[in-house]
Formats: sequence, C-alpha cells, structure tokens
Amino acid sequence: MTILVGYVPSPEGEAALRAAIDEARRREEKLLVVNTTRGDALADPRFAQEPDLSHVREDLAALGIDFDIRQVLGARDAAEEIIDLAETKGASLVVIGLRRRSAVGKLIMGSAAQQILLSVGCPVLAVKAEG
Amino acid sequence: MDNLNNLMQGFADVMAPLNLLLALVGVVIGTAVGVLPGIGPAMTVALLLPITYGMEPVQAFIMFAGIFYGGMYGGSTTSILLNTPGESSSVVTAIEGNKMAKAGRAAQALATAAIGSFVAGTIGTLLLVLITPFVVDFAVSLGSPDYFALMLLSFIAVTSVLGSSRIRGFISLLLGLTIGLVGIDTVSGQQRLTLGVPQLADGIDVVVVAVGIFAVGEALWVAAHLRRKPAEVIPVGRPWMGRQDWKRSWKPWLRGTAFGFPFGALPAGGAEIPTFLSYATEKRLTKHPEQFGKGAIEGVAGPEAANNASAAGTLVPMLAIGLPTNATAAVMLAAFQSYGIQPGPLLFEREASLVWVLIASLFIGNLLLLLLNLPLAPAWAKLLQIPRPYLYAGILFFATMGAYAVNAQPLDLFILLTLGLLGFAMRRFGLPVLPLIVGVILGPRAELQGRRSLQLSGGELSGLLGGPVSYTVYTVVAVVLLWPLIRRFVVRPLRARSAA
Repeated sequence: MTILVGYVPSPEGEAALRAAIDEARRREEKLLVVNTTRGDALADPRFAQEPDLSHVREDLAALGIDFDIRQVLGARDAAEEIIDLAETKGASLVVIGLRRRSAVGKLIMGSAAQQILLSVGCPVLAVKAEG
Repeated sequence: MDNLNNLMQGFADVMAPLNLLLALVGVVIGTAVGVLPGIGPAMTVALLLPITYGMEPVQAFIMFAGIFYGGMYGGSTTSILLNTPGESSSVVTAIEGNKMAKAGRAAQALATAAIGSFVAGTIGTLLLVLITPFVVDFAVSLGSPDYFALMLLSFIAVTSVLGSSRIRGFISLLLGLTIGLVGIDTVSGQQRLTLGVPQLADGIDVVVVAVGIFAVGEALWVAAHLRRKPAEVIPVGRPWMGRQDWKRSWKPWLRGTAFGFPFGALPAGGAEIPTFLSYATEKRLTKHPEQFGKGAIEGVAGPEAANNASAAGTLVPMLAIGLPTNATAAVMLAAFQSYGIQPGPLLFEREASLVWVLIASLFIGNLLLLLLNLPLAPAWAKLLQIPRPYLYAGILFFATMGAYAVNAQPLDLFILLTLGLLGFAMRRFGLPVLPLIVGVILGPRAELQGRRSLQLSGGELSGLLGGPVSYTVYTVVAVVLLWPLIRRFVVRPLRARSAA
C-alpha cells in the first residue's frame, strides 16, 4: 500500500510532507510525493524546482523511507491528478496541505482540497501550516 | 536654440493631466509587455492602434512612446530573474544578469539595468533632439531617386544584416512586399492581386497585417507550445546598489549609450548588435575579468544602456526620413499613416507640435519608468504567473476587435486569420517577421518614389541614380549583398597571407 502526499514548496506543503512522513513510518508503507503544474504559465511558484526536490529527496533518504517522487506536467488540475493517482496506485491514505482562502477566491477558483476530500476513495489527512 | 524652445513648448504641452496619465498608462503597459516573453511593444502598439483612433494623434503617440521605452525596460526583468529574455534586445542581459541573480545579487542587477536604462534613455533622447534637425535638413535635400535608394537599403539591411539566414529574410521581405502590392495601382488604376474582391481594392490595412502577424501568429504559436516546465523565478527584494556597484556601473552605462545610439539610428541597426558589442567591450575592459560568466555587473549595465540608447536612436530615421529600423518603429510609422500624417522631413514643419510633444513625452516616460521600475520589480515578476491561456485569449479578443474596427468589414477578419496562420507558419519555419512588416509599410512608398523617379526621367533607368547620395547608398547595398563573396575571395586570402 502507498501513502500519497500532494507536495507544494510552501509552508502548507512542507507541513503535509512532514505529516505524511510520520504516517509512512508508523504504517511502514511506501510514500509517493506528487507535485503538479498545469505548465501554462511561464512561472509557477507551486511547481517544485530542483533545489526543493533534492532537499525532499535527501530528507526522505536519510529517514530510510521507501519513496518515489512524481512531477506531473499536464493539462489538468492538481486535484484531478491526485484523485486519479490515488485510484490507480490504490493509496491507503492521501495527505494534503490546507491554506486559508478568501471566500471570493474559493468562489472563482474553486477549492482543490474540497475536491480531493470529496472524491478520493481512501481516507484523507488534511494538514494546516504551523503558526 | 529654436529646437530647445520647441522642446520646452513640448514639455509644456505634455504636462496636461490627461497627457501625463496617458504617458503613465503607456509605460505601465510597456513594462508589462516587456516583461512577458513573446509579447512585445510592436504587437502592443498594433493592438492598441484601432483603440486610439478616437484620440488626438498627440495623445496616442504619447502612449506609444511610453510603450516603446517601457518595453525596453521590462525585457531586462525577465532576463535577469528568469533567464528568459522578454525581448530579443535583452538576450545579452540574461548572460550576466541571471548569473548575478543566482548568486543572490538580483537586486543589484535589476537596479543597474533600470538606472542604466534611465541614463542611456535620457542621453539618447537628448542626442535625438540635437541630431534630428540636421538629419532633417539633409533629408529635405533628397530627391525621389535618393529616397528609393534609401528604402532599398532599408530592405536589404533588415533582411541580410539582421537575423541568421539571408534566404529566410528575403522570403519574409517578399511576402511583405506582395501583401503591400494588393490594391489599386496609383499610376495606372489597375487592380493588383485583388482576386476580384472589391473590398481588396483599397489594399490590406497595415493594422490588420501587423495584428495578424504579431498578435494572432504569436497566439497560435503559443497555443501550439503551451505546456512546458515552468521556469524558476529567482525571488528578489527591492532593487538597490552599493557604492561599489555604482563605481563599476557608470562607465559601462556611458559606453553602452555610445554603442547603442548610432546603431539604433542606422537603417540596419536595431538593438541586438550594439548590446553584443557593449558586452564584448565590457568584458575586455573590466577590472574583474574573473567575474565574467559568473555574474559581472558590467555585463548587465553596458548592454542594458546600449539597448535603451538604440531605442532612442531608432527614432531619428523614423521621424526624420520615415525609415523604420525595428518592428515597433515600423508599427508606429503605420500609426502615423493611419492618422494621415506623412512621416519624413516635412513632419518637423507640418506637425512640429506633435513631434516635440512626442519627444518631450519620451523624457517624461523615461523618468516615470525609473520611478515605476525600481520599487516595483518584484511585482512585475509576478506577471509571469498569469496562465497564458487567459493572456492570449485576451490578446486574440483585442486583435479581432481591432481588426474589425479598422474598416468594419467582416472580410478583414478572414484576412486577419489568414495572416495569423501565415505568422504561425513563419515562426514554425524560422522566418523573421521584421522584414515582412517593413516590406508591407515601406513597399508601397518605395514603389511610389521609384516610379516617380522613372516618370521624371521619362522611363530611363538612369533616373534611379539621382546623385551622390544614391551612389553611396547603392555602393553600400552592393557591399552588403556581395559580402559573403567579398569575404571569401578578398578578406580570407588577405588574412591567410598576413598569417603566413
């Protein structure tokens, strides 16, 4: 079984990753780190660049966790990508980070977290950033 | 002194609140399009042309001048923070600028680029004020054969000096000349290339061509290459420079200006060559050669200054003779024509107030750009996060609206789309777009001057050789065209001999 974590280089993403690491060690399961971008803007701060990724890789390797990092460059939303991956990999748990959004922002852009919470078959662990 | 008085009058006119507001709008839009790769000042001016039909020409040109200078500023931001040059003229800036940013000196790189641009832009605009009247005096004495020769030089220069491939340049030029031919022949009244479509008798509007090639072509090209890995944007605070940075920057700024202005003013100048020259010079003269290739501030200061000075230089031939040397100047020339203003030496007599307000607004715009760019650089970098489908949907909307607004003819929309596909194909096969747009704009004027000279000489071909000016110009044209042969049979053997 696999634990899937939606990773973003931000405080929420780091918090989600830490929670996922804890779960993976407790359950002794494989960890799949997913980072996505639609790839249609010239710069996307939610897309993990090499320095972030190597940092994650080192941390996970140091802790001796069986892990895989997957970066998806595609036309779809991060939420859809994670929902699909959770299905195909038969994930036992999905970990996501939450951030505070304004009502208007949610109305216009929708909420990826809500979409994942409602659609994924397995339990979802939602983590807030510290502070 | 007369010019200075005129310039002061120009300043007085610019100071009207509405004009200042338009200058501000111009520089904001200009910086934004400069920051975004693929969207340049030429495309923006073309898109805004139909919208400005309702304005006074003076107001429209104040805005265009802001866009022109703003585009030059904005290009450096993306070069430095993203290693993706926003404009071709800031390719060189990316070499050292991005290295500086990676080394944590993004703030200094942005500062030296912005202040250098300001210094070069101000000096360049002053030179424009001082030099243009002389060029005008010279241009008044030119006859039709000389103009024809100069335009021919312009064609040859944009096709064979700029860009990588002469053949591609000539293909693009021929496409442009062909589009320029459509319509009724002014001398014989015959219809040319109208395919029996009555609406084509008036020719294809330059605005439709510019919007189709620049905006629709680029939008289609981006749509075909939409998904790509986002680039890393280097985070930056407020730009600033230390004492050491100032000391290392001011000489490259002045040298860059000295390179940029004359090249901009030449018919084949453009901004690319002087920025390369400035970079090479700074690399040779620097006291810190070990830093070159790793983020030397001189390598940002010089080329950025050269780039802005050449923008000022470009306006000399555009205003004085009516010759465009880069894409933005070409579209601005089209704007003059669409207001019924004939660019060229008589512009300074007939539309003196317009010209001097335009020049005064360049000074104002330059100052506004410095104020706008120094504190706001991080905000401009945020523009890169806009999903491009939104951006290009907006551009296509403006393009379609603009093309329809020109003549309110549905046929123009089909022409727009066809030209957009042509623009896409040109990008696909690496054809430069500048020769095309120069061909469309200068082609009919060159034809007019050429035929006028032939009419004066009663059809004798010798009528095309007007005087010393055209002799000189034709010699230059011949040298440029034959350069590959000259290099092969004259320069290389000489070098081989001196080596042996």
